[in-house]
Amino acid sequence: MTGVIHASNLTKVFGSNTAVDHISFDVSQGEIFGFLGPNGAGKTTTTRMLTGVIPLDTGIATILGHDIRSEPVLAKQGFGVVPETSNAYTDLSAWQNLMLMGELYGLPRARAEQRSSDLLGMLGLLERKDQKVQAYSKGMKQRLILAIALLHEPKLLFLDEPTSGLDVQSTQMILSLLRDLNQQGTTIFLTTHNMEEANRLCHRVGIIRSGKLVAIDAPEKLKTAINRVHRIEVSFDREIPGDALAELGGVRGVSRTGDKWQITADNQDAAIRSLMTFGQQNGAAIVTLNTLAPSLDEVFLRLTREEKP
Amino acid sequence: MNPAGLTEQVRRSWAIAKKDIRIYYFKGPVLIFGVFMPVFLFLAFFMGSRQLPLSFLISGLIGMTLFFTATAVSPAIFPWEGQAKTLERLASCPITIEAIVFGDMIASLLFGIGITVVTIIIGLALGLSLLHGITLLTAIFLAGCCFSAIGMLLAVPPTNVPSNIMMLSSLIKFPLVFISGIFIPLEQMPSWGLVLAICSPLTYFTDLVRYSFTDAHFFPVLIDIAMLGVFTLVFTVGTMYLHKRTMPRRI
Repeated sequence: MTGVIHASNLTKVFGSNTAVDHISFDVSQGEIFGFLGPNGAGKTTTTRMLTGVIPLDTGIATILGHDIRSEPVLAKQGFGVVPETSNAYTDLSAWQNLMLMGELYGLPRARAEQRSSDLLGMLGLLERKDQKVQAYSKGMKQRLILAIALLHEPKLLFLDEPTSGLDVQSTQMILSLLRDLNQQGTTIFLTTHNMEEANRLCHRVGIIRSGKLVAIDAPEKLKTAINRVHRIEVSFDREIPGDALAELGGVRGVSRTGDKWQITADNQDAAIRSLMTFGQQNGAAIVTLNTLAPSLDEVFLRLTREEKP
Repeated sequence: MNPAGLTEQVRRSWAIAKKDIRIYYFKGPVLIFGVFMPVFLFLAFFMGSRQLPLSFLISGLIGMTLFFTATAVSPAIFPWEGQAKTLERLASCPITIEAIVFGDMIASLLFGIGITVVTIIIGLALGLSLLHGITLLTAIFLAGCCFSAIGMLLAVPPTNVPSNIMMLSSLIKFPLVFISGIFIPLEQMPSWGLVLAICSPLTYFTDLVRYSFTDAHFFPVLIDIAMLGVFTLVFTVGTMYLHKRTMPRRI
């Protein structure tokens, strides 16, 4: 896969505060990359550096093959940006905003009109295209911002908390559109607090804490990596003594929750095999058997609550 | 299409100018302020100094009109846009800071020229005769560019509070009017006043307007035009350079 974003030693200092501290990562073409971190960790500053809104203090950022410092216009021509808060011109209508952006991206008028109609239709705003944006709801403004970002058919899309504070309908519409865009080849750089959203959408996530990148991998791999001890939840069709389960191979500990047993194991595979054999040998049928993987929330909390660097 | 090429960037500046005109200039209060402010200043001096000929005062009124209108709104555009976060939107678009500033200057120039034409029509209606039309057009265009650049220079401090910028703007604009030979003819100024007048681009514009309507002038016409050209160049380059430095601190 081709590199779409290449960030090397990105650093940004505001006064005595190092907001972003020598972070490096790459995002490949066609990838959905989630950028996670607690408030003030440096997510937005990183995104602003990558999008050329604020200058880098040190480091290199190459976007779609163009250095954001030496070729900012060429880099910006290839991506779209959806910020956390809507920044459309509220004194203009949705249509006027789109036409303005069409001109700023050098689109021919006819093409800009066609794209605008298509996008407004897709995002459910076509009927109110001539209304001033100041009368729009938060969800409508965010959908308009998405339309603006997609107007020039960018190969790369930066999104900063795109669904923050939105109703379910707008959230689902945006997430579904992002999936479709990704399937059509658009690379997505998504900054979010929503772990569930990141878990469902992202191929890889990077976790930033106090300006430093503390982890970067696929969500499932991160979940596995933080949990050396695995948990299994099992229930049988009759009473089983806990001591018997505790003695099984691969089982490290047993505790009871309701009618189920929670088993901790160093080796998940060995523990499951032992449970199956135990059931067969004792004539106890397994009713439920679940492996309890840590959620991305747990990964996030574990990685972001560690001692300050 | 080369998005970073000069032609394409100028085209995008024009988009910025159209946006400015639509959002900031085509507003009742702005248009009214643009016309009334110079008219009332003119009336105040007309009533107070009856010995000055009408042609002298009308020329000064035209000078003030272009100066006040071309610098009326542009200083506040960046603070407004910084506050509304639309500046961040522009900063992420494929347009250079120089092109954004140039677009703001174009809007300011067009607004200034538009209102000044109204003032000229009033002057002609009051009986002034236009003697040097080409000189007047050249002067209006050059001075419009120069005053637009001044307007953008006033917006350089990276604050997103428009009232701060407007206060600074008034502090600089009003003294300039009084040292530029609008109300006191350059011939009657003390030597220290003349030194100050030489430093003001408005002086050269007013001198050219007087020449256009009365054939009288203090400096040679070519010197007036050359000085306006130099001021325009210096202010335009200066404002673009300074905005490039301060823009990131606004966002």
